[in-house]
Amino acid sequence: MSNAKKPDPEFAKKVVEGGGKTVNLCFQCGTCTGSCPSGRQTAFRTRKLVRRAQLGLKDDILKSDDLWLCTTCFTCYERCPRGVEIVDVIMALRNMAVREGNMAPQHRKIAELISTTGHMVNLRPEDKELRKKLGLAEVPPTVLLVPEGLEQVKKICAVTGFDVLIKGGSK
Amino acid sequence: MSDKKMGFFLGCIMPMRYPGIESSTREVLKSLGVELVELKGASCCPAPGVTRSFDQTTWQAIAARNLTIAQNLGVNVLTICNGCFDSLFETAHQLNHDEEKLKKINKILKEVGAEYKGETHVRHFVEYLHNEIGLDAIKNKVKENGGKPLKAAVHYGCHFLKPSNVKKIDNPERPVIFDEIVEALGVKSVEYKDKGTCCGAGGGVRARTPDVALKMTRENLTNMKAAGVDVIIDCCPFCHLQYDVGQAELKEFGIPVLHLSQLMGLRFGLDKEKLGLEVHKTPVKL
Repeated sequence: MSNAKKPDPEFAKKVVEGGGKTVNLCFQCGTCTGSCPSGRQTAFRTRKLVRRAQLGLKDDILKSDDLWLCTTCFTCYERCPRGVEIVDVIMALRNMAVREGNMAPQHRKIAELISTTGHMVNLRPEDKELRKKLGLAEVPPTVLLVPEGLEQVKKICAVTGFDVLIKGGSK
Repeated sequence: MSDKKMGFFLGCIMPMRYPGIESSTREVLKSLGVELVELKGASCCPAPGVTRSFDQTTWQAIAARNLTIAQNLGVNVLTICNGCFDSLFETAHQLNHDEEKLKKINKILKEVGAEYKGETHVRHFVEYLHNEIGLDAIKNKVKENGGKPLKAAVHYGCHFLKPSNVKKIDNPERPVIFDEIVEALGVKSVEYKDKGTCCGAGGGVRARTPDVALKMTRENLTNMKAAGVDVIIDCCPFCHLQYDVGQAELKEFGIPVLHLSQLMGLRFGLDKEKLGLEVHKTPVKL
């Protein structure tokens, strides 16, 4: 029995606290899996993820790649006959995974861009040129033009611990 | 507060990758009598796929800071992006209705000298056009010589209408709001299989597993092609990017992709140069 997985009843409580308030309402009908555009292309099964969350099979969830195959399209959320707010459950689980250091380098890079530049993509010389040609301000009037605004975004990331979190540390 | 004057939230992908969507939006709204106010110092909404997935408190705090910029100017927020709409609408909705949450976020905002009062509204371009401007006003602006008749695949994306218990804009299973605008522009909105399905990019999937995102995109494109469409019309720069760049990555299909603002620009007889179509990876020949 060494391979038996130990359920953790405390886990679902943490999911609820993290915003996945309706996780325990699921009765495993599978409407979510049947509606999932990502599951159509992959082995991701929404129903199983929710069951694992209820049981508290923590490692199966937080270390898995499946958790990151959801596009947050909300189709399952809309169709769930039990009113399980599945995307909210997935977001709570992802927040937990990230706090354990499980994040893809590509995602970490986007998070770093947001917390250091205030935007998720950069403004390249060719973008400036096109903006000018279109009659727009060369640099958009965002944090790119307002340094105090960027300082505020950075400060928020420091206050919430986001800047430490994305370095792989815990929050 | 008059919603004929709106705070224009730019976000990231529109101003930096598809500025033609920005110039089109500014031009068409101007011609419809809308005044756009700059939200100076706004940041990324921030991108829900990564930011919300990483830490929901940070996601809402940055979104709420953006809301305070509009609040301090005495305007509501207008966005042309489903991702920005998700972050800003959801945050406004929660903070406007939940005092505890508002207190929690304001404790963070206090550190940067800001306070969100919980009164700002966030509107999506499509909803705004339909309910504030109206179909007749849009029809009146269409130039009869605005190009050849087109058959369009309208792509709603996900976060414009969903979650519908919060957004309350249209039925996400059989929506009409976007199709009605496209038809008011004299463009035929055609039915296609699984219309309403995600483009594939959201939730951080494009960044982390681009092959999976493309498989979803490919299935949608196959369904659109089977319906014989001339053009894909979206209302989100991220869906726009996924379909436009995605077709270049897939090296097939070649269906032009337009944001609704660009289609309006074409049909209103705007100078084509103003639409910024030359940066599209899938050539637009209409």
